[in-house]
Amino acid sequence: MQGSEAIADAAIAAGCRFFAGYPMLPFTELLEHMSRKLPAAGGVCINADTEIEAVNMALGAAATGARAATGSCGQGIALMQEAIAEAALNELPLVVFNMARGQQDYFQATRGGGWGDYRTITYAPKDVPEAIDHTQRLFHLADVHRAPVLMYGDYVIAHTHVGVEPVTTDLGPVPAKDWALDGSMGGTGRAREIWTWARGKPNTPGVGPDQHWKDVAAKFAAIEESEARWEQRLVEDAEVVVVSFGTTATVVDYVVDELRADGRRVGSFRPVTLWPFPGSALEAATRACRRILVYELNAGQMLDDVRIHAADRRAIRFIGGVSQDSSGMRQGDLLDAAELRTRVLHALEEAA
Amino acid sequence: MTDMRLIAASSPALMQSPDHELCPGCGHPVAWRQVLEVIEELGVADRTIIVVGHGCYTQMMRLSDLDSLQCLHGRGPAVATGVKRMLPDAVVITLSGDGDMVSEGLAEVLHAAGRAERITSLLFNNGVFGDTGGHMTAATVVGQRTKTSLSGRDPEVHGYPIDVPKLLTGMDGAAYVARGAVNTAGMAARTKKMVRRALELQLAGAGFTFVEVLTMCPTGWFVATPAGPDYLEGSMMATYGIGELKRPEP
Amino acid sequence: MSGVRGTVVMASERCKGCDLCIPACPPTVLSMSSETNGLGYHFPILADGCTGCGACADVCPDFVFEVWRYT
Repeated sequence: MQGSEAIADAAIAAGCRFFAGYPMLPFTELLEHMSRKLPAAGGVCINADTEIEAVNMALGAAATGARAATGSCGQGIALMQEAIAEAALNELPLVVFNMARGQQDYFQATRGGGWGDYRTITYAPKDVPEAIDHTQRLFHLADVHRAPVLMYGDYVIAHTHVGVEPVTTDLGPVPAKDWALDGSMGGTGRAREIWTWARGKPNTPGVGPDQHWKDVAAKFAAIEESEARWEQRLVEDAEVVVVSFGTTATVVDYVVDELRADGRRVGSFRPVTLWPFPGSALEAATRACRRILVYELNAGQMLDDVRIHAADRRAIRFIGGVSQDSSGMRQGDLLDAAELRTRVLHALEEAA
Repeated sequence: MTDMRLIAASSPALMQSPDHELCPGCGHPVAWRQVLEVIEELGVADRTIIVVGHGCYTQMMRLSDLDSLQCLHGRGPAVATGVKRMLPDAVVITLSGDGDMVSEGLAEVLHAAGRAERITSLLFNNGVFGDTGGHMTAATVVGQRTKTSLSGRDPEVHGYPIDVPKLLTGMDGAAYVARGAVNTAGMAARTKKMVRRALELQLAGAGFTFVEVLTMCPTGWFVATPAGPDYLEGSMMATYGIGELKRPEP
Repeated sequence: MSGVRGTVVMASERCKGCDLCIPACPPTVLSMSSETNGLGYHFPILADGCTGCGACADVCPDFVFEVWRYT
């Protein structure tokens, strides 16, 4: 089945019962599949009139305790930044699917453009089977941490047809949603309130914005300690380690295997979570190599996090770049195994 | 010895506390009182969820004994859509000011009405962004002085106010559209009936319902508090008119 | 006292002196005090003739009035 359909099925299997989106390729198919399948599963899918409305509808659904999601491609995610930050500050679980176009927009996912001290747990699957697994994890993590979470997917995952057997993983219990609104506490003297300012009500005062925002920041600091995930291959004796994320990493895997067959000591490191960025793991994996090659399809974004965490910044070389085809919907020139191989070989020579 | 009967408690049962920090002469608490009384009288407090935007009226959310969600500026009707679609039996009410709805959130209210969402949106319209100190909104009427239209709104420079009820009236998804005011006790009573009708129609599942309430903002209008009601009548009521603009066919 | 049909109990300490109740009262039995409350505002005082109509409560932004009728 198409990757988008697999993700839709995984979301529904994970209990998603509200989805809203605005058509924009390569996210559109996910919206189409949810539109077709979610009602039969007892859920609601709305083709919203703007991206801003879609994400705000999902916030409202999440406030009732339902598992809610939205999505777009990066250009539409740009419109959702305010609402993502709002969900981080008023602690609403929200899953956001970025089915991105060719340019890898790492900054948008990890630095966010909303207001406040918040971070966004971001998973970047490399292929459809990972996307299915990540979809389930994201709904689970959103509920466990009461926060918005992001899948950094893309057009490759969206449009690739693969034979997959969707596997449902038991990820354990999530906390009860006693904060969710259903109206039932109205008139009891202890009505509930969801508010970024956490001021509460006269009978049930909240901690107020200063303490609440400190608490939220502390929550994200704790998540940073425990939720980083990564994959590394063949780094132990590597002279050169290539760092990449998302579907781009599959090209890296291919070239690494090719070069290893030629006797070259090359390895790879892939953050699976873009945030929390697996900084200590990166440091350990690249401590002994001579070159750390950052390969991403942009002008250098994940590069910043590699510079922050690598033990020797002087070992870093950026071998990615802007890589856009004219439609925005297919690979540009740089997503090419031969080109990557050339760049890695050049780095090996330069390091010698 | 004469017996006595309580006609009106000082504050509605659904207010946890009447202590707010709004200006003397503010019309928002006057309007919100009517709304809370309707919710109480209809017996739906334990299934009501209010979605409240950003403005002076946000204090009403904090004081009210109702399950509440504060939404991003202007986004109430979209947020309320998500709430109502998940909880179709809840009474879902959005509360906005004119800055929140007519300026920032015009798309949201029109789209919610277009989709015939079974929510009730309330617009407390005092013609200014009060919370920021009294600035022009898309609903400020011609001639009205604000901090960003100090000589009075001039159509040549600032264009014309937007009449949301008039826009909604032409939309098939809007089941009930009305405008009231709270400058007099009589107007407040009339407004209460409008709010009641809107919520009854939501309970009956009849499309999008909407009540705009003109409220006083003497601070934003640069008038003394006792002059607020007359200023409201002469400026906003004269521009917009009062009444039910759309109701279902009997 | 013939003609008196109601009364109000006023939370004067809450009043912000907006004066809206004064013209709202149909029998015009409200007037503002000369003293001020803890907030520094003048507050309404009740003369004879209240009918317990509740108009003052309906227009008061500060929830000052509790309205009673004699039965």
